Formats: sequence, C-alpha cells, structure tokens
Amino acid sequence: MSREAAAAARVVYAIAYREVIRFLKDRSRWLGFIAQPLLYLTLIGYGIAHSMTFRSVPAAAHVNYLSFMYPGILGMSVLFTAIFSGVGIIWDREFGFLREVLVAPVPRWAVAVGKALGIAAIVVVQSAVLLALAPVAGIPLGVGMAAGVLGVAAVMGFGLGSLGIAIAARMQSMEGFQFVMNVLTMPMFFLSGAMYPLRGLPVWLTVLTRVDPLAYGVDALRNVVYGAGQEVRLLVEYPVGLDLGVMAALAAVLAVLGAWAFEGQET
Amino acid sequence: MAQPEWAVEVEHLVRRFGPVEAVADVSFQVRRGEIFGFLGPNGAGKSTTIKILATLLRATSGRALLAGFDVATQPTQVRRSIGIVFQDHSLDDRLTAWENLYFHALLYGVGRDEFTDRAQALLAMVDLLDRRDDVVRTFSGGMRRRLEIARGLLHAPAVLFLDEPTVGLDPQTRSAIWQHVRRLRDERGVTVFMTTHYMDEADHCDRIAVIDHGRIVALGTPDELRRQVGSEAVLVGAPDAARLAAEVAERYGVAARATGPGEARIEVADAAAFLPRLAADFAGRLESLRVHRPTLDDVFLHLTGREIRDEEASPLDAMRRRVMGRRRA
Ligand SMILES: Nc1ncnc2c1ncn2[C@@H]1O[C@H](COP(=O)(O)OP(=O)(O)OP(=O)(O)O)[C@@H](O)[C@H]1O
Ligand SMILES: [Mg+2]
Repeated sequence: MSREAAAAARVVYAIAYREVIRFLKDRSRWLGFIAQPLLYLTLIGYGIAHSMTFRSVPAAAHVNYLSFMYPGILGMSVLFTAIFSGVGIIWDREFGFLREVLVAPVPRWAVAVGKALGIAAIVVVQSAVLLALAPVAGIPLGVGMAAGVLGVAAVMGFGLGSLGIAIAARMQSMEGFQFVMNVLTMPMFFLSGAMYPLRGLPVWLTVLTRVDPLAYGVDALRNVVYGAGQEVRLLVEYPVGLDLGVMAALAAVLAVLGAWAFEGQET
Repeated sequence: MAQPEWAVEVEHLVRRFGPVEAVADVSFQVRRGEIFGFLGPNGAGKSTTIKILATLLRATSGRALLAGFDVATQPTQVRRSIGIVFQDHSLDDRLTAWENLYFHALLYGVGRDEFTDRAQALLAMVDLLDRRDDVVRTFSGGMRRRLEIARGLLHAPAVLFLDEPTVGLDPQTRSAIWQHVRRLRDERGVTVFMTTHYMDEADHCDRIAVIDHGRIVALGTPDELRRQVGSEAVLVGAPDAARLAAEVAERYGVAARATGPGEARIEVADAAAFLPRLAADFAGRLESLRVHRPTLDDVFLHLTGREIRDEEASPLDAMRRRVMGRRRA
C-alpha cells in the first residue's frame, strides 16, 4: 500500500472511530433510538392494526399491520440516525472541533468517507438492538434475516449518512439543521412506504415515492425480514436485487457528493 | 529537497471580510528555528493571518509560503509541515483527554509506541495525567487549554503556530509550556509562530511584529523595539541627588536629573555597561542603583497609542471574542 493510501485508511479509521465512540457513550441517544421505534410500533402501529385493513391485499390474506410496519420502523430509525449524525458536522463546526480535522494533512474525501462509515457502523449496532422488537411485531427472528437486516442497514447508513454530510458540509448555522430535518427527513420518511404500502396511490404520490431513496431501503428491509411463507410478502414492492442496486448506486453517488462538498471549504 | 531558508514568507497579504480589512498588506519573513511573535490588540488581524498560513482561510490577495510551499496551491504539503493550537476551542468534549490525543495521533500518523510515550509525557507536562480518562466536558477552561496545547505538540511539525496559547493559565503551567517550546526549538529546530497578549511572553520571542488594524507597525527583536521607544535609564538613590545628577551629566555627557528628594534618573544607551563605571566613580555616595528598561507595554503604547492591557480587560471585547470564536469555526 502506498504512503498516501495508508494515510487515507488511517484517517478513515480515525473519523469512524470517533463517530462510534461518541455514539456508544451517549446515553440519551441510546434512549432515543430505542424509545422512538417502540412508540411508533405501539402507539401508532397497534392503533392502525386494530382499526384498519389493507386495501391492496386480497381480503382472504391475513396481513398484520405491525409486521408490515416493522421493517419501515427499522428504516426510519436508520434514516434519522444517519442524517442526524451526518448533519452533526454543523455541531463540529460550531464547537470548533472541525478545525482540528480540516487543518490536518489528510484528504478531505477520506474525512467524509470515514464519517459515513462510522455512521454505517452506528446504524448496524442500532439495528441489531432493534431486532429484539421483531417478535413484538409478529416476525420470527432468524440468523439469515438478522444478517440481511444488518447488511441492508449498513448500506443505507453509508448512503444516507453521506447525504447528511453533503448537506451539512457547507452549512454554517444550527437553524439549517432544523430546516433539513423538517423539509427533507420527514418527507423522506413519509414517502418511504414505512407506514403505508406504496401501491394504489394517486400518480403524483407514486412519483414522489419512486424518487425517495428511503423507499428502496425500506423495501430491501421487507425483502430480508419476511420469511418465504409469510403473507405480508404480498406487500413487498421490488425484487431485492433492484432495491440493493438502487441503494448501492445511490450510496456511491452520495458519498462522492459528500466528499466533494467537503473539499475546498473554508472554516 | 533543500530546506528553504525561511520557515514563513509573506508578501503583501490581504484578507477582507466584506468591508472589514482584517489583514491589510502585510509582509514579513520568519527564519527557521526562530520564535516569532505577533503582538497586537483585539481584532488586529493576528488570528486571520495565522489561519491563512495554516490553509484554513484563503487570502484575498498576496502570497504566503510556508516551509517553501505555497499555502494557496500546496495546502497538503503545508498542512504536513505545521502544528497549530487555535485561539478558540477545538477539542471534542465528548471524548476523553486520551481519546482526543489518540485521534490527533491517527490524523498525523504518529506511531503507536511513539504516541503512548509522547502523550504520557505531554499530559504530565500540562499536569493532566491523572485526568487522562475523563471526558473533556468535565474539564475547566484552563484544563481544556492545557490539553489543546499538549495535543498541538503531539506530532513534531516544522512550524508550530500558537494562537494566544497560554491565556488564562497559571504561571507554573505557562513556564512549563515555555520550557517545552524552547526545547523543541533547540533540539529539533522547530519554528514557533505565536501571538500573545502577555508582554513577558513576547519577551521570550526572538523577534516580534507589532500588528495593529491589519498592518505591521514595527518588527524587530524585543530589544530593538524597546530602543525605538527610548533609552534605558539608571535610577539612583543618593542623599545629594541634585548635585550628583549635575556631576554625572558633566562627567559622562549624558542626560541626568533629580526626580525627587534623594533620587536621580540617568538616561543611558546601555545601562548594564554604564552601571559599573558609575558605581566605581561615585563609590560611597550611592544608596541604591536600579536599571529601568522600557517595557514592551511602553513599546505598544508608543506604537498604537493604546495600552494592550486595557484592551484585554474590556468586557465587551471579551464577549465579542467569545461570540466570534464560536462563529469562526
Ligand atoms: N470569519 C470572519 N467573518 C467576518 N469578520 C471576521 C472573521 N474573522 C475575523 N474577522 C474580523 O477580522 C478582524 C481581525 O480579526 P482577528 O481574529 O484576526 O483578530 P486578532 O488579532 O486575532 O484579535 P484577538 O486578539 O481578539 O484574537 C476583526 O475585525 C474581525 O472582526
Ligand atoms: Mg485572535
């Protein structure tokens, strides 16, 4: 390995290391990432499960809404954590730490990539914990399924984390953070199919759901979470290959975008 | 590659922030292995200059070379050559002291064994060894500052920037840090570029540039600067001060006058050389002898018309600095 490559690898590791350490230490984040899905599943999930049925599956099929919602909630959790962590660069700038990184003799793309990888690691840990909720949603836990979830979460975390980095790299204020959360993250969540199936929708809504990157992540999670025989499989939208292909391509593009946004900035 | 003679070369450097000309046509050079100081009031443009040299800000115009590399076009080489302690905080306060240092070591490629030894030694120097595994959030302001300095010294740069490194630190820590910095310079030929408000620290510098409103108004060794303000003086205590002053003036052809009952002031170019002659020639008539040299405070007042300490003490400035510090990442 050349000297440059070794240096870049070291930087990627350093940035990812910091990201993970910060996450592991932050008790309020642990509380948050466990409580939020739990609230969604119980307070919204149970309510809807007991009051509504799916229009888009045959009446004879017994599809449990909680089973439908569970992968969506995993996806939501990955989305919020990834964007939140990526946008954390704004905090680093505000509190001065970013200078320590920007003045170091390291390629900035490596900083962006390291951060995205760190975020991927965080969402994997998080998803592993949330797998414990699967039985609550009527989904049997299995090794293959768990491995699938963690793999998909890693790709999603890397891509969505890069999106957050790209947005935050040139952003100067905390207000910007609120804006991102409201205008970008919430619609991405709503349109992702996490809460309702993406079929039989009006055309305008369908178009929006098709361009939502999270929709492919959530669908990939459904693909790996549902066992072969489950009726809820009826609500999977695309083949898993397509989901993964779209997400991988997107993650690559977003990583380049994040790295690019990070280059050449002043502090 | 042949080492360039100058560690830092700056030519007609200008940086504007909108209408504010923070750095207004500054030129100077810093020798390799020199301790070079920037002395100036708040808002003079010290930090802005350092940030341009450290590749964190772009110059509006002008040129700056660091270790022979152009800061605008060869930022990576420049970054490889420098270490910096920022004026404003730059630690990750969720990490421990040790983790902050380790992160820095990774960024700068300090090997593991080397890291452990140096980190231990530096933490001992800044008296934080027993707090190494505490989260920085629990540190006092002075402790954070000490950790930042330790971190800045962790790798061995060719040029070390210290932006008001010792503000708010107690005298023992300040002197320990100074000892270390001087050792770095003597043993490894590190060039040190610092800004300070402390006059006694400015006195440690080989050369000082006094900067005001973005311009360099004086540059030289501390002694040279002092000479600009006025000569040195010998203050004499003697019962017959008035007569003594007259005799001294006549005998040596220097300015001398009584400044009070039993006290006279003799202006001389070199007080240290003059003292023995005076003592010998007027043996028995002198009660006390004291050398007065112009301080850098005097120099500063003379050059800028302001007391540097007033500025430092102004609460408004202190507040502005805090606010600016937070905004300027
Ligand atoms: N990012 C910025 N945006 C706008 N103005 C700035 C910025 N950074 C510095 N300035 C302005 O440039 C001038 C010089 O600031 P600088 O920080 O270089 O001063 P300084 O000599 O370091 O002062 P101090 O002793 O307070 O640290 C000030 O008028 C300041 O307000
Ligand atoms: Mg400053």
